[in-house]
Amino acid sequence: MLELKNIGYKVVDEKNQEKEILKNINLTIDDGFVAITGPNGSGKSTLAKIIAGIIKPTSGSIIFDGMDITDLSITDRAKNGISFAFQQPVKFKGITVKKLITLAAGKEISTTEACNYLSEVGLCARDYINREVNASLSGGELKRIEIAMIIARGTKLSIFDEPEAGIDLWSFKSLIRVFENLHEKCGGSILIISHQERILNTADKIIVLTGGEISAYGTKDEILPDYMKGAPSNCEVLTSKCD
Amino acid sequence: MDEIQKGLLEAVADLHEVPQGAYNFRVNGQLDGRNTTENIDIVTKTDKPGIDIIIKAGTKNESVHIPVVLSQSGLKESVYNDFIIGEDCDITIVAGCGIHNSGDQTSEHSGIHSFFVGKNSRVKYIEKHYGAGDGNGERIMNPTTHVELGEGAYLEMDTVQIKGIDSTARKTTAKLDDKATLVIKEKIMTHGSQNATTDFTVDLNGAGSSANVISRSVAKDKSTQTFYSKINGNNECYGHTECDAIIMDGASVRAIPEITANHVEASLVHEAAIGKIAGEQLIKLMTLGLTEQEAEAQIIDGFMK
Repeated sequence: MLELKNIGYKVVDEKNQEKEILKNINLTIDDGFVAITGPNGSGKSTLAKIIAGIIKPTSGSIIFDGMDITDLSITDRAKNGISFAFQQPVKFKGITVKKLITLAAGKEISTTEACNYLSEVGLCARDYINREVNASLSGGELKRIEIAMIIARGTKLSIFDEPEAGIDLWSFKSLIRVFENLHEKCGGSILIISHQERILNTADKIIVLTGGEISAYGTKDEILPDYMKGAPSNCEVLTSKCD
Repeated sequence: MDEIQKGLLEAVADLHEVPQGAYNFRVNGQLDGRNTTENIDIVTKTDKPGIDIIIKAGTKNESVHIPVVLSQSGLKESVYNDFIIGEDCDITIVAGCGIHNSGDQTSEHSGIHSFFVGKNSRVKYIEKHYGAGDGNGERIMNPTTHVELGEGAYLEMDTVQIKGIDSTARKTTAKLDDKATLVIKEKIMTHGSQNATTDFTVDLNGAGSSANVISRSVAKDKSTQTFYSKINGNNECYGHTECDAIIMDGASVRAIPEITANHVEASLVHEAAIGKIAGEQLIKLMTLGLTEQEAEAQIIDGFMK
């Protein structure tokens, strides 16, 4: 489904020093539920943005469903079946929740349909459908609307960048159920960037990115025990979770 | 009315046919139709062009439409309309001006509207401006609005100028008595080499009075916009003014809010923001499958709604 070949991404920092954010990433993602984890600054979000077309890699190529999409625009990748839920949802003055969900669905939808998408992310639809996607909504509400848009799109590949961040009052269980429903309905692949062990635990495969490189890739049973051992030993919360 | 005039009428007043209630149509400087009701009287002024709209105390859920249409190139007019609204009313007033200029001469309409709103009355005032026609003649509108709100009165003024006006200078002044409330929502979009200036001055004279002046605008191409907003707090009161503009291409936007407190219990706030469309907004909509142009159109459409 998705194949990354020798993906590299370099930037030049303010001191004119070249910095390698991603190094020679080779990766094949088939249907199913794949999680990317790793320390902050390891290049996870950059990788997601490269797949969505927001960042152009400095080397390598991306194959999606047998087609080379390396030079395709964000729009064309979206039309070919890639969805991307931002880590920081974007606000729009004047654009309503209904309008955004309609744009995501790519066709006129009824209020009932739009409400169904919102209900799936635990928002009482009637309260939200005509609200503007502006600063009057909380971070958690914006995040759930962001996820509802991905459900409305229902594409072959859905990428979520730290979907758990800000989902305070809503349970992880519900979030995980959203991913399961999405997979059931649309098939295809779900790629999730996450630090949350409970999310990693439901993934079919886990990719660990460290310093811009893939340091491990396998099933959760292969990856999680070792990965969690890497948690600082003096942090009781993290170490006790591994037991 | 001919088809061009009917089109203008639809653009400025959402009217497809003769409206319910009181109305006064002015077409190319002449009276083209009038209806009065038991509670709403419309009288032609004798000393200058214009009308007096007199609304009886206690009039509820009635509306007045007073659209103006200009389709004759080169016509310049100043019209004085006074609204005298009694106590305890609840009414909607729809004004608006459409200019179709397919000639080479400047067409100009200056509407001078004064509102005298009685105690505890509620007024919704809607004003739309629209220009069309492919001639070289300019389309100019200079609306002046003066509002006097009695004790406990409420007036909401929605003004929209979306298309086709080459030059506009809007001047609005208001005086508020005790517990009166004024809400102004202005929307302006300019393109080409158009110029729009708006100038609000609100005097919060009464105890417990409040005003909220909100302007949203989009400036495209080489157009220029200037926004002045002055609120004077002369008593215990609350005033808020906000200008939010999207700037594009080679346009220029100035925002000059001014708040003056002449009373220790006056609470006044101003906000002004000018900026281009945020890149992340475009990117988000592009990840939904919209092209950059489609994304831009959606963002502007939402912002101006």
